Amino acid sequence: MKPFTYERAKSPAEAVQAVTSTPGARFIAGGTNLLDLMKLQIDAPTHLVDVRGLPFTTIEDTQDGGLRIGALVTNTDLASHPRVKRDYGVLSRAIVAGATGQLRNKATTGGNLLQRNRCPYFYNTDMPCNKRRPGSGCAALEGVSRSLAVIGTSDNCIAQNPGDMAVALRLLDADIEVLGPSGRTHTLPISEFHRLPGDTPERDFALGNGELITGVKLPPPLGGTHHYHKVRDRASYAFAIVSVAAVLQKDGSGRVAFGSVAPKPWRVQEAEALLPQGPSAVTDRAFQDARPTNDNRFKIALAERTLALVIDEGRR
Amino acid sequence: MDFTSPAGPNPIDRQIAVGRATSRVDGPLKVTGTAPYAYERHDVAPRQAYGYVVGSSIAKGRVTGIDTAAAKAAPGVVGIITTLDYKPAEPPARQAANLFGGDEISHYHQAVALVVAETFEQARAAAQLVDVRYDKSAGRFDLAAEAAAAKPAVDINEGEDAKIYDRLGDFDAAFAAAPVQVDASYTTPHQTHAMIEPHASIAAWQDGKLTVWTSTQMVGWTRTGLAKILGLPEPDVRIVSPFIGGGFGGKLYLRADALLAAYAAKALDRPVKVTLQRPLIINNGTHRSATIQRIRLGAGRDGRLTAIGHVGVSGNLPGGAPEAAVAPTKLLYAAPNRDMYLTLAELDLGEANDMRAPGEAPGLMALEMAMDELAEKLGMDPVELRILNDTQTDPRDPNRTFSERHLVECLRTGAERFGWSRRNPKPGSVRDGKWLVGMGVAAGIRLNLLMPSAARIRLETDGTLTVETDMTDIGTGSYTILAQTAAEMMGVPVEAVTVRLGDSAFPKAAGSGGQWGANNATSGLYAACVKLREAVATTFGMRGNDVDFSGGMVTAGGRSVPLAEAARAGPLVGQDGIAYGDLDKTYVQATFAGQFAEVGVDGFTGEVRMRRMLQVVDAGRVLNPLTARSQVIGAMTMGVGGALMEALAVDPRYGLFINHDLGGYEVPVHADIPHQEVIILDYPDPVSSPMKAKGIGEIGLCGAAAAVANAVYNATGVRVRDYPITLDRHLDHLPTVS
Ligand SMILES: Cc1cc2nc3c(=O)[nH]c(=O)nc-3n(C[C@H](O)[C@H](O)[C@H](O)COP(=O)(O)OP(=O)(O)OC[C@H]3O[C@@H](n4cnc5c(N)ncnc54)[C@H](O)[C@@H]3O)c2cc1C
Ligand code: SF4
Repeated sequence: MKPFTYERAKSPAEAVQAVTSTPGARFIAGGTNLLDLMKLQIDAPTHLVDVRGLPFTTIEDTQDGGLRIGALVTNTDLASHPRVKRDYGVLSRAIVAGATGQLRNKATTGGNLLQRNRCPYFYNTDMPCNKRRPGSGCAALEGVSRSLAVIGTSDNCIAQNPGDMAVALRLLDADIEVLGPSGRTHTLPISEFHRLPGDTPERDFALGNGELITGVKLPPPLGGTHHYHKVRDRASYAFAIVSVAAVLQKDGSGRVAFGSVAPKPWRVQEAEALLPQGPSAVTDRAFQDARPTNDNRFKIALAERTLALVIDEGRR
Repeated sequence: MDFTSPAGPNPIDRQIAVGRATSRVDGPLKVTGTAPYAYERHDVAPRQAYGYVVGSSIAKGRVTGIDTAAAKAAPGVVGIITTLDYKPAEPPARQAANLFGGDEISHYHQAVALVVAETFEQARAAAQLVDVRYDKSAGRFDLAAEAAAAKPAVDINEGEDAKIYDRLGDFDAAFAAAPVQVDASYTTPHQTHAMIEPHASIAAWQDGKLTVWTSTQMVGWTRTGLAKILGLPEPDVRIVSPFIGGGFGGKLYLRADALLAAYAAKALDRPVKVTLQRPLIINNGTHRSATIQRIRLGAGRDGRLTAIGHVGVSGNLPGGAPEAAVAPTKLLYAAPNRDMYLTLAELDLGEANDMRAPGEAPGLMALEMAMDELAEKLGMDPVELRILNDTQTDPRDPNRTFSERHLVECLRTGAERFGWSRRNPKPGSVRDGKWLVGMGVAAGIRLNLLMPSAARIRLETDGTLTVETDMTDIGTGSYTILAQTAAEMMGVPVEAVTVRLGDSAFPKAAGSGGQWGANNATSGLYAACVKLREAVATTFGMRGNDVDFSGGMVTAGGRSVPLAEAARAGPLVGQDGIAYGDLDKTYVQATFAGQFAEVGVDGFTGEVRMRRMLQVVDAGRVLNPLTARSQVIGAMTMGVGGALMEALAVDPRYGLFINHDLGGYEVPVHADIPHQEVIILDYPDPVSSPMKAKGIGEIGLCGAAAAVANAVYNATGVRVRDYPITLDRHLDHLPTVS
């Protein structure tokens, strides 16, 4: 960890200003991801702007019947909010499937969306890694890649987005509210929030320097039954090998998104339209361009079987 | 005290203190966070500086230069020592790796420098600035690729004169003629101990003498090893290790933290503390080697084994020892024709060495799965197959009996209590909703090892007792059982005994490892207590043999005197140790387990989840049912880890374990362990020691993983012979779901 300076932001505008004007500055919220990266010097900010004092800690109904979640709402508070539990069960379930109670108490909505990947080579600074050191190569491509992505990858990076909450937010078509250096707030659909690696694997998100996430907006509830199934090697406290988020309707239609299979939550609308035809139709379409490694090829079959499980649950 | 013939009746048999469920005497210190662990001993020496280890970024080759200028100029840096400043350290006994010194790199994360600064954070930041240049060469990292070149090797635990080949009868002919055969290969992966407390040491020099506050299972071995490398007489090195946050074998041996702290403290002339960062625990510390095992079982149609063949391949640095996977096979089942041996491949992957139940743990993962396969081929119940092939003598020597062996009772009791009769022998046939349900069984065996052990006990003037020995408590309960032993022998309540451990200034004990700690250390204390009893009796003018110590009173010939009176003129001391004759040669002394497991396999995703486990253990006298049970449930949990998730992933291109933290190396969490039951048979073994106890720290792991694996097979009908059984190993073969 390199020495850094630290300030607590007093207003959103000030926070944005502080990060924009200080080279190497970064926001910090719960710190549960950023601090780990700093200890290993994978990330080495020179200045931290703590946003936890900002007024983004509430969850409010929106006029259209949806919900607005402040960027600083903790994972614990979000998952246990009565309206989230009632109307957006998939979100609640996805969050509690992640990390541990202690981490969820610290982790924030904004920070969770921005959590970085869990590729083992990314975490070992002796190894080549394009995401960590652009141009150094990708050690995972021909290395240990069981947990990594099978689709949406490039020859420059095959890391998966490991998060749980984002998969549910993608399913729900959430919008991310962003305050930019210009002082204006704009919204970004979550489908455009995560980037695919392409030739620039070092950029995970479509967020510019100094852009502050202020909240997340959920459209009105979808009804249906809500499912989140996270497959993992141990029963708790592990990242997903594959996860499936789904909202299923009585008529057999619905939505599906897959986690831990791609650099972003993986939702293919043409594929979910095939839900009435059963799980294999959906996954065949959703993974038709998959480029798995020998280590992680099983994830495609696993995604299909997990979707079958979710559909089976939905029928009960 | 020389223990050369089986123990007769003695004061321990009263079991007033020994054998009682006694809460840990060190519990309050631990739950209040006041037990002093090595890294946190800020008070023991002034001006402690923090060292941060720089590990080699290559796995094999040479260091051609180290530029420390930038690091030296970093804030807070006190000094830097590099491997080029020192001669290679001669590995201590039973060790293989050079811990520091010289330009040769023999494994990834070998220590190449120690950056010392005023704070840990400064040392860590400066460590990133050390510029090490290497000349890289090719290494050997893939056990499967090196297996063909592996050479026959001897199990060092069997002693220097041990034979490589354990052969009896005519294995080849008997196996070929056997009407029912199993011939299969099994693999187990490299594993890390994953104890919570990292290796940690604080070193301080005074007048040419060294004190190291550290975390070691073996105070004596650490002192000997360190003194030799430093060229000091042993008395000039003091090792202090009263509390240890887990070890599982990872802290049996001197590691780089202690040596680097000692070197740096000397070079910088102030105390230095060093911990191994978790990635270094995995790549710089020791690990359990992966194994490739071929097992051949030949049996008659009645199930009686006629031939057992077992070959275990493992890997290690040049000069290292093999993982003795065939060790349990030598003694578990009868069969007139046998062929067992180990081979060892050279691997450049860091040092492979003991991890809990070395040999037995991976060996039984293979053997006990093979037995399950044999039972199925025979159409026989796997419990009955094991009972049928039980032996009461060493299969190699019919005149050498087991001192106590109640494996059959372990299996029968277990089967009954577990509801084994409800198991459906047809695999893949039991459903509970989406779950495929299966039950599995395995047998466990682990030798009871005898080690000399000494202790001192002092009757204080206030009538309390103080026990001192360099024995360690690695979370197992040594403090408690030693207090119980002293209380029993001297006839006082446990509360009247203070136990002080883990200091090389105290008499040398067996230490903690190989499940030998409890039996030997309490026996050493027993011997010291006998001495103290004699001293007390003499003080009171009483005659040796029929003096009774109980209820705080000493009684003989109708006269009763309070024990405390004996120390009126000053403390009375008893000091002695236990030394063993050849009873472990005359008899086989071993511990046994019947392991039962029930699992659910998600019919959709293939995820394996435990439903319940039961173990019945035969391990001599139970010294403390609470701590004994803790050992067994901890071991069963480790068995679940071995069966279902634990594996170090080798990247053979770079020669390292890539999942080198506790995020990447998964061990079971609470949610993985729903229900465990332990039944401990109480068969005091007079052949083992005056305590009549045996080890219990490792037997619980022996067979545990195989029982889980066999349950998975019973659930799915898919036999996975490569551990761990993660869902991707059987997913393709599970019933279709769409
Ligand atoms: C051991 C462990 C296990 C875990 N397991 C899981 C799991 O199973 N599933 C899962 O989904 N997650 C898991 N996580 C990840 C965890 O969810 C994230 O660490 C957490 O959500 C991050 O939130 P935070 O507020 O602590 O972010 P921080 O660490 O504070 O920040 C993360 C990033 O977001 C930026 N940032 C923070 N807030 C804002 C904002 N408002 N606007 C702009 N940028 C911002 C920071 O600059 C930083 O780059 C695990 C983490 C750990 C340490
Ligand atoms: S997959 Fe991505 S994160 Fe992993 S090594 Fe390759 S570039 Fe780095």
